[in-house]
Amino acid sequence: MDVTLKVWRQDGPEAPGRFETYEATDISDHMSFLEMCDIVNEKLVERGIEPFSIDSDCREGICGMCGIMINGHPHGDQLGTATCQLHMRKFSDGDEIVLEPWKATGFPVIRDLVVDRSSFDRIIEAGGYITVPTGSAPDANMVPVPKAVADVAFDAAACIGCGACVAACPNSAAQLFTSAKLAQLNMVPQGQPERYDRVVAMVDTMEEFFGSCTNHGECEAACPKSITIDFIAMMNKDYIKAKFKNRRLLGQKA
Amino acid sequence: MSNIVLDAKVPEGPLEEKWSNARFDLKLVNPANKRKYEILIIGSGLAGASAAATLGELGYNVTMITYHDSPRRAHSIAAQGGINAAKNYHNDGDSIFRLFYDTIKGGDYRSREANVYRLAEVSNEIIDQTAAQGVPYGREYGGLLDNRSFGGAQVSRTFYSRGATGQQLLLGAYQAMARQIELGKVKLYNRMEMLDVVVHEGRAVGVVARDLITGEIRSFSGHAVVLATGGYANAYYLSTMAMMCNGTAVWRAHKHGALFANPSFTQIHPTAIPASEEFQSKLTLMSESLRNDGRIWVPKDKNETRSPDQIPEAERDYFLERRYPAFGNLVPRDVASRAAKVMFDEGYGVGPLKNGVYLDFAEAIGRLGKDVIEQRYGNLFEMYERITDENPYKVPMRIYPAPHYTMGGLWVDYHLMTTIPGLYAIGEANFSDHGGNRLGASALMQGLADGYFVLPNTIGDYLSDQLGTDPIPTDHAAFKTGEKAVKDQIDELIAINGTRSPDYFHRELGKVMIAEVGMARNEDGLKRAISEIRRLRDEFHKDVKVTGSNESFNQTLEKAGRVADFLELAELMAIDALNRRESCGGHFREESRTPEGEALRDDENYAYVAAWEFNGVGEEPTLHKEQLVFENVELAQRSYK
Ligand SMILES: Cc1cc2nc3c(=O)[nH]c(=O)nc-3n(C[C@H](O)[C@H](O)[C@H](O)COP(=O)(O)OP(=O)(O)OC[C@H]3O[C@@H](n4cnc5c(N)ncnc54)[C@H](O)[C@@H]3O)c2cc1C
Ligand code: SF4
Ligand code: FES
Repeated sequence: MDVTLKVWRQDGPEAPGRFETYEATDISDHMSFLEMCDIVNEKLVERGIEPFSIDSDCREGICGMCGIMINGHPHGDQLGTATCQLHMRKFSDGDEIVLEPWKATGFPVIRDLVVDRSSFDRIIEAGGYITVPTGSAPDANMVPVPKAVADVAFDAAACIGCGACVAACPNSAAQLFTSAKLAQLNMVPQGQPERYDRVVAMVDTMEEFFGSCTNHGECEAACPKSITIDFIAMMNKDYIKAKFKNRRLLGQKA
Repeated sequence: MSNIVLDAKVPEGPLEEKWSNARFDLKLVNPANKRKYEILIIGSGLAGASAAATLGELGYNVTMITYHDSPRRAHSIAAQGGINAAKNYHNDGDSIFRLFYDTIKGGDYRSREANVYRLAEVSNEIIDQTAAQGVPYGREYGGLLDNRSFGGAQVSRTFYSRGATGQQLLLGAYQAMARQIELGKVKLYNRMEMLDVVVHEGRAVGVVARDLITGEIRSFSGHAVVLATGGYANAYYLSTMAMMCNGTAVWRAHKHGALFANPSFTQIHPTAIPASEEFQSKLTLMSESLRNDGRIWVPKDKNETRSPDQIPEAERDYFLERRYPAFGNLVPRDVASRAAKVMFDEGYGVGPLKNGVYLDFAEAIGRLGKDVIEQRYGNLFEMYERITDENPYKVPMRIYPAPHYTMGGLWVDYHLMTTIPGLYAIGEANFSDHGGNRLGASALMQGLADGYFVLPNTIGDYLSDQLGTDPIPTDHAAFKTGEKAVKDQIDELIAINGTRSPDYFHRELGKVMIAEVGMARNEDGLKRAISEIRRLRDEFHKDVKVTGSNESFNQTLEKAGRVADFLELAELMAIDALNRRESCGGHFREESRTPEGEALRDDENYAYVAAWEFNGVGEEPTLHKEQLVFENVELAQRSYK
């Protein structure tokens, strides 16, 4: 098949952007979307034109490195799918495809389709961990975790940190990302001692970089890991509780 | 040629006491002095992130350099199946000694006993550590940890987090490191690519790196440098590795005098999705855990045209179960891959390119129900369907062997130090624990063992001697020379201004490597490979095209530098394979096999680690041998029958 790409090109963070049009010809159905981009880019290199910058690494939907707006949708419009997992069989001959970077103040453009998502690292640094100095842990089976809890913790932990939730949000809010990490850690027994400090630290840091959530729910639809917005509700509840929770009573059950 | 003497520094005493003896004998740095040291760590995968977290906790000042946009993206994130430990939670006869024994045997007796025993010893602590970090491991209904089995073992010792164990363990280590970043003990430099090691007066004193956003070439100085830069299986172009994985860091260290051990030892994993066409950019792994429940077969008739579910039992050849009744579908990876290759070579391959074998779940679904299979492998089945457009609950998967892991790497002693004092290599970047073949679920174990438990104990021995010395300032001539060399190389790449993209050369190299330095190797083929690689390298330096400049974000330039190094490293892989005229583990020399066609080791002549010294590009490297001594296991031809 042949498709036409309209690609956002921007030389640097401060440079003005523009669309360039490239033809992708003789594309096979079996190709992944990024393989199609590779071919277009390789041809550009051989013609001496700088290829468009685009991030990817694992190409299996797990590292979170890829992620662009495709025809206005983060990671394209296929549910539960990262950019690298899209296949050309879902497109048709003659399609025009628009490629743009995430647009959010929390994610400044580096070049073309590549953005800086370091703000996500800052949120994790603020409290997205359980403090366990190496070597100090008890035997792993000393702390049983009910299977149902472990399963939901995993669902939350599946977040790949791609940023599509922010890109999808009209307010560029990062609630889905932040709440997923909080849900994972705040749900399991090991996470209880730091639970309330964690939620405050992470939410406050998040607000330094990102907008506020007004419950549009676009994030859930855009998320390649189908992370649920129920976690946002959990986060909000914990955040409010944290404000009046007496930390000295945290050792008590219920 | 220099007069290098390989001293593995294996501690005295019986095997079980070596690690505790070592910890007692090693010199320590007292807690108040730790903050006087700067340690540079390159790479934020399992090995690097866990080391940074732990060293930071101990009080050292750590600088973390990674070319990724976030430490969380390191290739470790993609590990699917699981991590081994000798917990014996299942009461099925596991023990530290058994894990040690399985790993030595699985590696076909080409690894160092003391290192492997230590790995088995600390495996249990890794599970404790990571469970406490909140890693969401698979659990039983009673809330305790669940296990599955992996190839090469007859016990269930693999801990897992659905099909994303690497992701969850990496996030655990990344988060522990993030805490140290917040506390100011670890400084993170992301999108920063290390391009050279700086060696001054015989010691590693820092690195030169390129800021991938601005192109700035800059130096970092420290008391010690740790390479945690992962494996180099992308020398084959098509592999299960992430797109950016490369050998640049270890290769450039090698050029400064770090010996490279067993470079040809590559693991070809039996269960990847077959390549479909020329444009393919990478191969996708289907976790080995699938072999717990999936059965591998090909049709008995070479010209079979029926859809697999229409082929009756009697007309299928379950070739692994037939050839290896004791381990069946769970033989180690090298054995499974070669057995599949025999089937393709004889014309029994399935699929449009006749390059696959079936991995069939029908029997398991019948026995356990679709729900159980979905619970265990749901995300892998989904991944398969996305890529192939086929539903593995209904038709068997088609799988194909793919380069997946490199057992070879920088030579390190028991302390994980390379032959350059002050330069360490941890995780997949070193050669240390897997011999000729790595068992499934053992790389995560090794990366975390190195980072959490081994290096933080051993590095003090080197650092203690340097108390009171400051790191060399980065305006010192040693750094300036390093920066200039890096800059010159970049300018040279851009100046070639040829006609072919870096990817073109990478693909061509991959074709040579998989054909001649792949699953089966022979003298003629390896010699052909060496001259082919040299020819390709010359062509690259005449005809590569790098667009853009150094002074901006330039992915073509990044790629070109990595391909240039692969073109040199690949030659060493072939030279090493040519030197080793025996079959062992993943290294199968057609000249060395038993009458039944199984790999035949030659312990008399090759029970050594081949550690190569660099003498210049295209020059014959010098071979140094570390003789392997086996005091606790008896060398036997591996048998999984
Ligand atoms: C698909 C797949 C599945 C796997 N599944 C399993 C499994 O189930 N169980 C198991 O035990 N093992 C598994 N493995 C193997 C295992 O994942 C790896 O061996 C292991 O994660 C390597 O970890 P590492 O820390 O050594 O390196 P990596 O995770 O590769 O990290 C390398 C780091 O170095 C950085 N880096 C490299 N070069 C430079 C440079 N020049 N400058 C700056 N930074 C640099 C990178 O940015 C990255 O942060 C799997 C491997 C693959 C490919
Ligand atoms: S919540 Fe979903 S969309 Fe947001 S970063 Fe995580 S995986 Fe990406
Ligand atoms: S490239 Fe890793 S998630 Fe897409």
